[in-house]
Amino acid sequence: MDTLYGWMMYILSLLTVGGIYAIMGLGLNLQWGITGLFNIGVAGFFAVGGYASAIVTTKFSPNHLGGFDLPFIVGILFSMIFSGLMAAIIGKICLRLRGDYLAIATIGLAEILRLILKNEVWLTNGPRGIPGIPRPFEDLAQPWSEICYLLIILLILAIIFYGFEKAINSPWGRIMKAIRENEEAAASTGKNVENLRLETFVIGSIFMGLGGALLTHSMKYIGPTASDPLVTTFLLWVMLIVGGSGNNKGAIIGAFIIWTVWSASELLSGILSYEWINRLSYLRVFIIGFILQVILQNRPQGIIPEKN
Amino acid sequence: MIDFINFYFLPGLVLGSIYALGAMGVSLLFGILRFAHFAHGDLMSFGAYIALSMVSIFHVSPFFAIPASILGSSLLAILIDKVCYKPFRKSQTVVLVISSLGVSLMLRSFIQLTWGVSLEVYEIGVIKDAITFGGNFRISENHLVIIIGTFSLIYLTHIFLAKTKLGKAMRAMSDDQDLALITGINTERVIQATWIVGGSLAAVAGVFLGSDTQLNPRMGWDQLLPLFAAAILGGIGRPYGAIAGAMVIGMAEEISSFPFFGTEPLLSPAYKTGVAFFIMVIMLIVRPTGLFKGRSF
Repeated sequence: MDTLYGWMMYILSLLTVGGIYAIMGLGLNLQWGITGLFNIGVAGFFAVGGYASAIVTTKFSPNHLGGFDLPFIVGILFSMIFSGLMAAIIGKICLRLRGDYLAIATIGLAEILRLILKNEVWLTNGPRGIPGIPRPFEDLAQPWSEICYLLIILLILAIIFYGFEKAINSPWGRIMKAIRENEEAAASTGKNVENLRLETFVIGSIFMGLGGALLTHSMKYIGPTASDPLVTTFLLWVMLIVGGSGNNKGAIIGAFIIWTVWSASELLSGILSYEWINRLSYLRVFIIGFILQVILQNRPQGIIPEKN
Repeated sequence: MIDFINFYFLPGLVLGSIYALGAMGVSLLFGILRFAHFAHGDLMSFGAYIALSMVSIFHVSPFFAIPASILGSSLLAILIDKVCYKPFRKSQTVVLVISSLGVSLMLRSFIQLTWGVSLEVYEIGVIKDAITFGGNFRISENHLVIIIGTFSLIYLTHIFLAKTKLGKAMRAMSDDQDLALITGINTERVIQATWIVGGSLAAVAGVFLGSDTQLNPRMGWDQLLPLFAAAILGGIGRPYGAIAGAMVIGMAEEISSFPFFGTEPLLSPAYKTGVAFFIMVIMLIVRPTGLFKGRSF
């Protein structure tokens, strides 16, 4: 019975984090899959969202800015506002760059942001991070608290999915795909390409920030050691490519599959020697990299290809 | 003034030298293969760790282990190209960038699995003693080796690019791929040569970096932004431009923490990387072809 309960808790956490990655995956799909914006600074927006919500919702602390002890819903709204604002500023500067250059610029900004969050102790409590972040329904008994949080995630995911499906099949979505395929042709129809690109960049980044906030509330802690930003970014990209970029369903399925592969390696830790448990976290980055190569070379359109 | 030269200018020159070796490779690869190689920093790390193994097995100075590092990193570069980049020669460049990002992480985890994650130092044969000039100018022998070594390698690379047939073919391909194809250049051979040159320079850069500070699996990745910044500043596909770009970036990073006003550093040393990035973004916006008229994609 205990093992069964353990498995259930494991699957709950798998679905919760998988769902959060799926929300961010939808954001990345809008940027890359639909509009062709090569953003590899995902972790930057993720971190801004996480810290914004943490600062807004925690109790007052002398160690960092705030906290303001506001409800969860205000926290995630602020996470979306701040990541959106940041995306607007970065987008204004960087979106005129194309392809590789945009990639270099976005990853550079993410790195600088990582430095700021690590070094500005007054704002983020520096390397020690912010603990004690509230999670909705955490007062309920296990497993109901986990189930309720999962339901919140799935509800948010469903709403975003519905909205994105509508948007992509609307005239707005079609012009976005037109920009991706041929920017000059799209511009020649009188559309303001720069503004439209900025729009998707901001909207996509808002959901990356939201993902950061949701994960932060789920883990109840945020700090520079909570996750390797590069690995977060990379995981999200692999999820989108494996699932099939340009397709919302693909983005969601990819997120759940890759997150399962990623965290399933933790199950192995029970049967491995101590020395190998330490190595496991490096080995799984290698495995995800390997999966990416296999998919890119054999099925570049992903599991669910984009419909034409 | 003496302090400025000893503690900011010379370290800037050393850092610029290390960047120059990496950035020349990035620039050549960008020019010939047309993509930003995100795993270049990790080729540096790999070279540095090969030297670490040599140091611990043979108890030699890491500088004598450089041939082994060069061999290791170039072979690895050729292998990676065959397995992970060659299938995408005809694809969009972004696929190559994603692939190289994956390679970068795979290489790093390979290093973590093979050599562990703790900080390592060469120690043996890295002389920290300072040589004093005219009473006040001081430079450590280690730094002297790095600067002289870098400029010798730059000269060798220059001879290769300017005088040999393969080197000329590389420059031709970087300038105009279609024209190069018409003249019957064997592109795959040129690409292989580019990886050997890029991989070798990266390996030496890695060993120099390791001997100047210490080794950790992230060491190469942390240099990637300055390398890109230097390559872009100098103009993509312009290896000589990359050298100039690297010196500017290296100097700017070190000098940014000089206490120009009062006693506080102008910029906290924690934000050094930010300087490289700031210069790069300004350059991309104001003059995307770089200082020396490289190509812009």
